[in-house]
Amino acid sequence: MTDNNVQLEVEHLTMRFGGLVAIDDLSFTARKGEITAIIGPNGAGKTTVFNCLTGFYVPTEGRLTLYANDGPRLLERSEGFRIPRNNGVARTFQNIRLFTGMTVLENLIVAQHNALMDASAFSLAGLFNLGRYAKAEKEALETAKFWLNKVGLYDQADWNAGNLPYGSQRRLEIARAMCVNPSLLCLDEPAAGLNPRESSELNVLLQSIRDDQGIGLLLIEHDMSVVMKISDHVIVLDYGKKIADGDPDAVKNDPAVIRAYLGEDEDDELPPEVAADLHLDPKAQ
Amino acid sequence: MSSAFASSRTSGSEIVKELAFFAVIALLMSVMILGVETVDRPTGLELAVRWDLVLIAIGSTVIGRLALIIRREGISRLVQALMITLAAVCVFEMFVRFRDMDDRWASPVVLDMAVGSFTSIVVTVCFLAIVFAIAYFSMKEKSAVVVDESTKISSKIQVAYRSNTKKIGLIGIIFFFIFPLIFGENRSAIDLATLVMIYIMLGWGLNIVVGLAGLLDLGYVAFYAVGAYSYALLSQNFDLSFWLCLPLAGIFAASFGIILGFPVLRLRGDYLAIVTLGFGEIIRVILINWYDLTGGPDGISSIERPSFFGLAEFSRRVPEGSIGFGDLMGIEYSSMHRLIFLYYLILILALVTNFVTMRLRKLPIGRAWEALREDEIACRSLGINPTNTKLSAFAIGAMFGGFAGAFFATRQGFISPESFTFLESAVILAIVVMGGMGSQIGVVLAAVVMIGFPEMFRELAEYRMLIFGAGMVAIMLWRPRGLLSFRDPTILLNMSKKEKVAGEAK
Repeated sequence: MTDNNVQLEVEHLTMRFGGLVAIDDLSFTARKGEITAIIGPNGAGKTTVFNCLTGFYVPTEGRLTLYANDGPRLLERSEGFRIPRNNGVARTFQNIRLFTGMTVLENLIVAQHNALMDASAFSLAGLFNLGRYAKAEKEALETAKFWLNKVGLYDQADWNAGNLPYGSQRRLEIARAMCVNPSLLCLDEPAAGLNPRESSELNVLLQSIRDDQGIGLLLIEHDMSVVMKISDHVIVLDYGKKIADGDPDAVKNDPAVIRAYLGEDEDDELPPEVAADLHLDPKAQ
Repeated sequence: MSSAFASSRTSGSEIVKELAFFAVIALLMSVMILGVETVDRPTGLELAVRWDLVLIAIGSTVIGRLALIIRREGISRLVQALMITLAAVCVFEMFVRFRDMDDRWASPVVLDMAVGSFTSIVVTVCFLAIVFAIAYFSMKEKSAVVVDESTKISSKIQVAYRSNTKKIGLIGIIFFFIFPLIFGENRSAIDLATLVMIYIMLGWGLNIVVGLAGLLDLGYVAFYAVGAYSYALLSQNFDLSFWLCLPLAGIFAASFGIILGFPVLRLRGDYLAIVTLGFGEIIRVILINWYDLTGGPDGISSIERPSFFGLAEFSRRVPEGSIGFGDLMGIEYSSMHRLIFLYYLILILALVTNFVTMRLRKLPIGRAWEALREDEIACRSLGINPTNTKLSAFAIGAMFGGFAGAFFATRQGFISPESFTFLESAVILAIVVMGGMGSQIGVVLAAVVMIGFPEMFRELAEYRMLIFGAGMVAIMLWRPRGLLSFRDPTILLNMSKKEKVAGEAK
């Protein structure tokens, strides 16, 4: 790449489940300090892209390069929890996955598990509360406080996460992902189920993460008011293929996108095989 | 619910229908359990029918139900109390007859008792009056109010308990420490306390796996067995002392925990439970069949007793080259010394288990355990290694099981595979679940209830199992999540613990 502002580069990503091709030869880039939105109708393969990026699936084909602060990393080479741990890709989930029985603050501290674990020397230093661990725990607490303030949950820090209202749970999940100290943050439908006021608060939060942390944000969203307002770059998927790529305004007016969302005009540009099926005998209609 | 009942009165025929329904249920339940009895006759075993018991059982059920209906309908509490007294008399009658009546159609025991002499009349009447008074004064006119009051009281108790766990724990520790000073000469009391303490330790160990990491382990007794056999074999074959074997037993058990952990990493819930159950059985079957090493079903006997930290011996005849505990301390020899020493040993082992667990909970590993229990997928997305986290829970839980096993071997002096059956696993798990998963004090309470009470009331013979069953049902009804099922946060930012507790109780 000539551009050294790239955060994530996806090349020829393909994911097959048996005979089903969920993602078909997808390539795109996400840049640092930008919000890249992935949109598309239901079943277009958006969440599958996320699962490939965050180690829940191993891609069938393709290369995923993450440009972290200390150089490029090939995400498809590692899997599972190692991606968030070693490479700094954090994510949130479509259906919120908080540790509901634990407090808000504990959720944020658990997210800093690996840093704390190193400091506690396999719990031995921690068991006797040696200085190194005490210091690391203090730092973790500071990070947690910073994000609590940022998402406006400082006063609810000691509540059980499950008792928070829905919108706050969404924000807490974002804060928890940020406590991993990621270089790429993947948000799976963060505005789902939010009321208009909450989703505009979310916009502010996401923009401030983008501007203050300078990391790349990848966003799956159905709420177009969020997508069009805050994203710098939009990628449209349909049936696992990229059908449009560009800034929000360009994508909004792209005929292929409109077709994917609103359906087609009659007998207009159907895929040839579908057209063949439907119009076996045009006169019969 | 109660208010809905109070507002609408039920018609007479409905009440009769309800009573008939409960009479039928009582009949079905009692006809096989109470109605028939096997009797040993010269001609062989025969069935004897006891219709009187069945009748009384049905009678007490109907009367009890009638009392409930009266209460529901808001009729005067005088009648209610009368009904309850009558039901109590029926139940009493049933118990007495069940135990020792031969003449099946004798006149009621209560009447017999009352008719005897003047004092017996007075005693019976007083007894009935007390039952009546309790029934009368424990009633409120409207049941809805009663429910409110009782929940208020129980939430007050909860708040009081939760905000004072440290104090309660401290009082408990002090009590257990001075226990031998109070019961020093009572051998059975010390023995029982030691037994309870073993189960407390096992409960605390299993609590790490089940309560914190949320991995349902039905084969915990395997680690207990590994610890016991490690000590017994090491001590017999290599002549190692207890104090050296204790950590070794822990290490062996921990490595067995890891060996078990690996294949079950992908399993969750019921599937995990089945595999761990199998693992427990595998260990036991190996112990039975590997005759050359373990002595098979004969077990290992005359296992060496622990010395006083290698300084002195507890036996009456002190071997050459060492001194007796009594001589060391300048007191007279007593066989109780060893028992009390063993009691303190297991007390300290158990307390170490407790403190390590409490500390681990506040460390990243402990928080990761709890997070894993809550949501494994979220853990993975945060870069937490689920494999290591689970294995560490298994290993640390198993290690404490191993310590307890080594202690068990040295206390009994004899071990055989029979001590490590599935029933033991079930009892330990029951202690953890009954105490309230993750609750340390709950485990103590449950161990005392589960182990202590049945031993204390041995004279009640099979009735204690009946009472035990009733107790279990009661817990399922009123405290389905365990006696003390609260989770204390590991770190607080704004609130004190008291405020948090009070906020949750509202």
